[in-house]
Amino acid sequence: MTTILTNARLIDPETATEFYGSVVIQDDIISQIIADGDTLPKGDEIIDCNGKYLAPGIIDIGVKVCEPGERHKESFRTAGEAAAAGGVTTMVVRPDTEPAVDSPETLQFALRRALDVSLVNVLPMAALTKDRAGREMAEIGFLLDAGAVAFTDCDAVNRDNKIFGRCLSYANAMGALVIGHAQEPVMSDGACATSGPFASKLGLPAVSTMAERIQLERDMALVEMTGARYHVDQLSSAVSLPVLERAKAAGLRVTAGVSIHHLTLNELDIDGYRTFFKVKPPLRSETDRLAMAEAVASGLIDVICSMHTPQDEESKRLPFEEAASGAVGLETLLPAVLSLVHAGHMELPVLWQALSLNPAKLLGLDAGRLAVGAPADLVLFDMHKPFVMDRFKLRSRCKNTPFDERRMQGAVLRTFVGGAEVYSVP
Amino acid sequence: MTFTAQHLLGIEHLSRDDIVSILDLAEQYVALNRQPHKHVDTLAGMTQINMFFENSTRTQSSFEIAGKRLGADVMNMAMGASSIKKGETLIDTALTLNAMNPDLLVVRHPHSGAVDLLSEKVNCAVLNGGDGRHEHPTQALLDALTIRRAKGRLHRLSVAICGDIAHSRVARSNIFLLNKMESRIRLIAPVTLLPAGIDQFGVEVFDDMAKGLEGVDVVMMLRLQRERMDGAFIPSPREYYHRWGLTAEKLSHAKEDAIVMHPGPMNRGVEIDGDIADDLSRSVIQEQVEMGVAVRMAAMELLVKARREAQRDVGVIV
Repeated sequence: MTTILTNARLIDPETATEFYGSVVIQDDIISQIIADGDTLPKGDEIIDCNGKYLAPGIIDIGVKVCEPGERHKESFRTAGEAAAAGGVTTMVVRPDTEPAVDSPETLQFALRRALDVSLVNVLPMAALTKDRAGREMAEIGFLLDAGAVAFTDCDAVNRDNKIFGRCLSYANAMGALVIGHAQEPVMSDGACATSGPFASKLGLPAVSTMAERIQLERDMALVEMTGARYHVDQLSSAVSLPVLERAKAAGLRVTAGVSIHHLTLNELDIDGYRTFFKVKPPLRSETDRLAMAEAVASGLIDVICSMHTPQDEESKRLPFEEAASGAVGLETLLPAVLSLVHAGHMELPVLWQALSLNPAKLLGLDAGRLAVGAPADLVLFDMHKPFVMDRFKLRSRCKNTPFDERRMQGAVLRTFVGGAEVYSVP
Repeated sequence: MTFTAQHLLGIEHLSRDDIVSILDLAEQYVALNRQPHKHVDTLAGMTQINMFFENSTRTQSSFEIAGKRLGADVMNMAMGASSIKKGETLIDTALTLNAMNPDLLVVRHPHSGAVDLLSEKVNCAVLNGGDGRHEHPTQALLDALTIRRAKGRLHRLSVAICGDIAHSRVARSNIFLLNKMESRIRLIAPVTLLPAGIDQFGVEVFDDMAKGLEGVDVVMMLRLQRERMDGAFIPSPREYYHRWGLTAEKLSHAKEDAIVMHPGPMNRGVEIDGDIADDLSRSVIQEQVEMGVAVRMAAMELLVKARREAQRDVGVIV
């Protein structure tokens, strides 16, 4: 089966270029990339892209699918549908489920469910310690064999430097990637806003952004000690960036992510105690947000993720301090992140390095590239289409998006996973 | 000037005129409250529910007396012992009470913003009796009335607020109110008891009591919670008293006729010297309590009237 996507504006993150051309898909692989003007081969199906953008599908590291344990919040089916509609072709899923994915058996359960019902690729992460409790190491070797692509205790920060150091050493010897969460837990305890005049006005318990820097400094010291390969799930504060920069300059094998929420929203958005804007770490100042966007543009921050975290209505209809943290993001990631391009912070190919190429490199995947031989995981999108976000139209089972009623620009037209179309705009 | 607010959730959302309206009406109730017959029928037939999710003696009884003097049927719900313990959410509790058709809900809650949330779910007037570290509007209003009666005005005064600003909703509401009325505000506290970014609230910040109290017209002391020793906010009550406790010596830096206020309950010998608290030539602490009832009567009356007006405007028969 040969499918040809013609008349597209192609985004190639590897060469950081965009150009008009066509992509030939042979079964599940990109078999040819043809610049405009060159002759096209014969195909079984030809799709005219009408000059819209065609890019590698997004690889989203840190998606919470609530299986096992809380399928009423999100299943692999609903998350897969949301991902397909959002141009996310690979979900790298978190182990902070009930129970945690900390054994090969639970990992295999999740993978089987994913294979059965998910429209897009699913790669599982596993807990670094049993039950994410920070005491006993998970079976990193068995879990790697079972298909774990990275190890993380998610937001359960390990306070014991001895144990975390050993986990990093052991993971390093196995060639495993460890993903950390850089928020000093004692300072962060109970905080639901970033300290500053705005949180003080609202009277909310708040934490300084220094809590992020302190934890990142600790993690960098342990990475230096152990030589481990380490990715920090999401940075959000300007004060952390020099730490990251120094670590990279010193040759440590360190990468960093940032969530779409910390790139597009700031602390003022929680005004009126709107719990849909309660995320972890809390939203930061506008200065921090701009620093994050700048760090993505410069390549200091490697990965943009949605930090997709479904929460049901009940857990959000509470006073701000009591409400659950997190927001869904699979479907809103692309239009939200395009606002950075519209605002002139970066060009599309650079953005795509953070959305597909760098995550693929981090996890050792062939995907994420617009290259011959790469999996045909692709997204076709309209850069400019304006719309008003309606949370009830989201495919996720939970509708907790902070972008509700926001005017956005950019829409996914078609999504392909392994050459098969998994979404086309209705 | 008409008072149009539908709820009293905080001082932040009130206009200067709203504040003056409440204080002017409260003056009339001060007079009434000093009569042997203290009863009017303004809220006759109406139901007022006091929901206190946090312990309170003073504020709750003040609201209760205020409601009763206006003729309302007042019910107190001690929420600590009730449905919250059974897992009911705040919104469900609110909806349940709302179904009983109250006209006024007075709510105190340990979490900032909880009263705002509740007010969105009910169709009666909601008064904030204190939410977390956010606002305590009737306290600021009664403080304002006390100051206005002592000083004859609320503008161009110099007011010092001293003590645990960080954890104080009273301080926040007073800062909003005094700023709106164009008075100068000085905050005096150990740095560990100041909220982050407080210097952007239109205030001057002092660490030293003698300097901070220099020439002020009003000294507002705040209560220091005993628990604050735990989180290393301050080392000990005696060091706190030595540096930030209000004594005659420190008070001598204020204007000669400066008044001393405290929202209560007081820790004598911690934030304030007992003799100063009892010195009726300086302390207006008892008058604050008296003004509390009058201000709450005025606020409830104005809210009920504003709501009636709003419903008339949309053609609802009341």
